[in-house]
Amino acid sequence: MIYFDQVTKRYGNTTALEGITLSIAPKEFVTIVGHSGAGKTTLLKLLLAEESPTEGSVFFQSMNVNDLPNSALHHYRRKIGMVFQDFRLIPNKTAYENIAFAMEAAGRTDSEIASDVPHILALVNLTDKAVHFPDQLSGGEKQRVAIGRAIINQPELIIADEPTGNLDPINTYEVVEILKKINELGTTIVIATHNKGVVDAIDKRVITMDRGKLVRDDAEGKYVL
Amino acid sequence: MNWMEIKRMIIGGMKNFMRGGAVSVATVIIMTVTLAIIGSLIFLSALLSFTLNAIKDKVNVSVYFVTTASESDIFSVKDQLEKLPQVENITYTSSDDALANFRARHASDQLTLQALDELGGNPLDASLEVRAKDPSEYDSIVSFLEASPALSTGNSSIIDRINYTQNKDVIDRLSLAIKATREVGFAVVILFAIASILIAFATIRLVIYTAKDEIAVMRLVGASNIHIQGPFVVTGVITGIVAAVLVLLLLWPATWYVGTKTSEWFGGFNVASYYSGNFTFIFCILMLSGIMLGAVASVLAIRKYLKV
Repeated sequence: MIYFDQVTKRYGNTTALEGITLSIAPKEFVTIVGHSGAGKTTLLKLLLAEESPTEGSVFFQSMNVNDLPNSALHHYRRKIGMVFQDFRLIPNKTAYENIAFAMEAAGRTDSEIASDVPHILALVNLTDKAVHFPDQLSGGEKQRVAIGRAIINQPELIIADEPTGNLDPINTYEVVEILKKINELGTTIVIATHNKGVVDAIDKRVITMDRGKLVRDDAEGKYVL
Repeated sequence: MNWMEIKRMIIGGMKNFMRGGAVSVATVIIMTVTLAIIGSLIFLSALLSFTLNAIKDKVNVSVYFVTTASESDIFSVKDQLEKLPQVENITYTSSDDALANFRARHASDQLTLQALDELGGNPLDASLEVRAKDPSEYDSIVSFLEASPALSTGNSSIIDRINYTQNKDVIDRLSLAIKATREVGFAVVILFAIASILIAFATIRLVIYTAKDEIAVMRLVGASNIHIQGPFVVTGVITGIVAAVLVLLLLWPATWYVGTKTSEWFGGFNVASYYSGNFTFIFCILMLSGIMLGAVASVLAIRKYLKV
């Protein structure tokens, strides 16, 4: 489903990624671990086509992501759900509207939105917070809205960059459980974290990165750094 | 784009505006000031035109005829002059009318009237008061009068004198002043309009700059450019409309307050009457300016944030 072919990314003289080759199969749950600056976020940005590789290619479902013209990027991104450490919710939209926005962007009808959004809000335990704005929600609630937004269009892939970075242990546990449940329903998940507890709780494939290089790739691995 | 998307853009833009709070209020205030300047420029321009036309109307050339010239000869001259494209209108004053006017003008000056009576008869000439379309055209009208052989009976001209030569300097200077005032006035209007438009643009750019992270998120969740831009453009248009309505409302008491003063100062130009008489025109100008400013500034400002 995802294939990084000898990917190198440089920012000026700084090498963020060097010769990365890896593949991820459909329905996998892959955790990417590494210290800050190891290249985890850069790897995810390349997959999202937020950045282009200096060398090599990134493939998603046999499609070279770097070849996509700017006008086609939004179609590509609709296939991917994203969750960020800083939530990245739209501040002047309610929890309901933030989730509905992803559906609107995908061209879904009002009746589909009216039927799906409450269901997702229930799934992430936020039915009672539907009309709350992001600044009226706790960190855990914001992240659950972000997860709701990421899964509303039933994407084939969910990318999460440090999704528990700003959360307390209870919220971290809840978010991990939601992501595991989503994966069990058949969605591929790629998550970047340096939270040992999260990696161990997921207990799935772990890719370890260090200074831009892929140093370990363990099926059902543990956090080893 | 279908109706559903248009509806979402309009609703999204309205929500952005309503929820914008202080940012929306600040943008409306700046836009109101901008449109108020544009509105003031409309009045200034009208006032300038009115004043210049009033001055222009005061300028004319009088052609005095010898006392022996018959009325039919004078009317023949009048007909010829009326055919000139430079001529706006011509007023004929017979020697009898000139005398009556003189007497009326000096009704309280017994000494002058006595002197007139002692002269006996009517010493005043019949005349044609010629008004040109533009003060700069008097020269050519006078040249025509001087060159035309048809204005002579026998060997002598029926024209006694033309009061142009003595007024030429004044007329020329006035023509120059009118031209310069029009050009400077136009430049000032354009300058102020550009300055106020730039201020409105900068404000809207600032508003969209504050939403740049939001725009990046929209891109990342797969929203198309039109889907992102739409609500911002609608918000800009709403801001323009609200500002235009505010300016149109504020202009009523403002023009009413200064109306009588401008009427006294500028020889009858009442801004309140001008506003009520030209309300549709001013409404269209301000509304279109507000809508265009809001929409164009939003489209231009958001463009650079769509390249995520």
